[in-house]
Amino acid sequence: MSSGTVLHIDWTRCDGRGLCTELLPHRLGRDPWGYPLALDADSDPTNVPLAAADLDAARDAIRLCPMLALRLAHSTR
Amino acid sequence: MDEVLWAAGRAGGFVALALFTCTVLLGILNRSGRPVAGVPRFSLTLIHRNVSLLALVFLALHVGTLLLDPFAKLTLTDVVVPFLGHYRPFWQGLGTVALDLAIAVVLTSLLRHRLGYRAFRLVHWLSYALWPVAVAHGIGNGTDGFNGWFLGATVVAVVLVLAAVAWRLSAGFVESARLRQGSAS
Amino acid sequence: MSQATMTSAVHPGSVLGPNRLFAAGQHAGHAGHVAAYGPLRVDALGTVFIERLQESGLAGRGGAGFATWRKFAAHGRDRPVVVANGAEGEPLSCKDATLLAHAPHLVIDGLLVAGAVLSAKRLVLYAGAGSLPALASALADRPDAGAVRLVEAPDTFLAGETSAVANVLAGGPPIPLDRVTASRTRPTLVQNVETLAQVALIARYGPAWFRSAGTASDPGTRLVTVSGDVPSSQVLEVAGGAAVGDVLHVAGVGSGVSAVLVGGYHGQWVRSASAPVTPGAGVLMVLGSGRCGLVATAQITAYLAAQSARQCGPCRFGLPALADAMGRLADRDPDPGLPAELASLGALVSGRGACHHPDGTVRLVASALDAFGAETLRHLAGTCVEDES
Ligand code: SF4
Ligand code: SF4
Repeated sequence: MSSGTVLHIDWTRCDGRGLCTELLPHRLGRDPWGYPLALDADSDPTNVPLAAADLDAARDAIRLCPMLALRLAHSTR
Repeated sequence: MDEVLWAAGRAGGFVALALFTCTVLLGILNRSGRPVAGVPRFSLTLIHRNVSLLALVFLALHVGTLLLDPFAKLTLTDVVVPFLGHYRPFWQGLGTVALDLAIAVVLTSLLRHRLGYRAFRLVHWLSYALWPVAVAHGIGNGTDGFNGWFLGATVVAVVLVLAAVAWRLSAGFVESARLRQGSAS
Repeated sequence: MSQATMTSAVHPGSVLGPNRLFAAGQHAGHAGHVAAYGPLRVDALGTVFIERLQESGLAGRGGAGFATWRKFAAHGRDRPVVVANGAEGEPLSCKDATLLAHAPHLVIDGLLVAGAVLSAKRLVLYAGAGSLPALASALADRPDAGAVRLVEAPDTFLAGETSAVANVLAGGPPIPLDRVTASRTRPTLVQNVETLAQVALIARYGPAWFRSAGTASDPGTRLVTVSGDVPSSQVLEVAGGAAVGDVLHVAGVGSGVSAVLVGGYHGQWVRSASAPVTPGAGVLMVLGSGRCGLVATAQITAYLAAQSARQCGPCRFGLPALADAMGRLADRDPDPGLPAELASLGALVSGRGACHHPDGTVRLVASALDAFGAETLRHLAGTCVEDES
């Protein structure tokens, strides 16, 4: 169930440090270079859909991302 | 009473220095992007942050008690402006520099979402200046400076930080460095 | 780069469509321009002109093909900076440079129309270094263009990407911005120069006239650059909906075509003469028979990987990996897993960047595997069409 909220990844900032993947293991894996990869192959890989239950972890990821590369946004799809 | 203040001031300084050393080591560990012994990356980030805040608390204790201590003759100006003190002004000045830098680094870290990444990172780099200045202050100013145990602890800390910095500068430092090599062309 | 090495001839009044954009002749000055098209009163247009644009059905000529009226409507209230985008980063295209050389006043007209309709804060003409001197004198040649500022577009593949343009105008490097970051820069409407030239014509003659050429789904005319294995590269004005085969015929390309790359380096390979010349910014690159599409694609992919702005990880590391795998296929590496590797790298890179550069590159590779299926099998078996020629 999507809450309409997405986790927006700013690729120009992300350095693939992997904190977000630890905090959102059900949403994000890592690609061969360490960058976060949406596990749902059909979803927008840059604006990853979040369920209501993911929101707390997503906020933690946004707060802790060392590159300030994450934000919440509303689905544009 | 004065004896107590004096002792507390020294102890506070020592603990703050030890915690700042841990903060630097944890910071470098964080930067490598590796989890350690099952502790995930986000926890390491939180530990890095919390240890640094704790260090700041002990730093406040260190400065606060010495302000109250008549023997130390520390004034509020000395806390902010370096190299004006009465007692070993140079070494005490280093302490003031370290204090100012510590406040700047911690404050910009807490406000980094508002300041933006560039400003945050620029100030955060000052940590590499902060730490040696603080160590020098500890050795030069501390009454315990040349006591065996203090010196021993300092040597251990310096070796650890130097090793960490050497690792930081090595090619395979970042976790994904190996995977990104070659294809980075 | 491309403009300098290509000899581009303008073919006005081709059988494929009316001669609209170059009606004032070669290197038209302001007097000749007004004589050919008549005067234009931009202040009389008002925001209702956006409805005329909607009726016209004009779609952007910069490549994305987005409805122009929607872009105007999105900036109806925010007094944007309007940019005429002549940064033609695509190495295969020279239609924008050609338009700026021969019909600069039509582009300037379009910019002034957009500026008046949207009460724009600033007007910018953004073009490559080669076009600037002529544009400066074109601006000086007319009384109404004092507000237009000329800005040099760097000669890189991505310099014309919308957020890269905004980045340059803000004093930054010519690389794209993250969508959220871009939304915080000042409102900017970036329009391809050909789109603005068409806007200038619609402002004069109205939407019904515009639709009198082309088809219902692709109204008006559009410029196409024909290059590759052709006698000479050229720019043609063709009616919307034109087929690849018709355009090649007019361009003097007869038989001996193996495939055509439609839409440029981010485009798609087609092998059917009846395919349309869209999508993309009007680029047809001919691959002569006897040439191998896999080898050509590998070269282009390597170029595109090198043109990554290298700020987004998946693009920075994924495109070289993709180019490497494409190169191995072109070099007849017998690894039967290569097509699958290309597909999975494509899926890994697609959509994971601040701009569409990775997506366009993946699309090109996918279309090559699609169009050159037989060639792929031959390469995996160690042979190639180029051996026989
Ligand atoms: S935490 Fe930030 S830098 Fe690390 S992978 Fe996630 S988005 Fe990228
Ligand atoms: S996706 Fe690639 S080309 Fe586009 S902004 Fe990111 S790094 Fe640059």
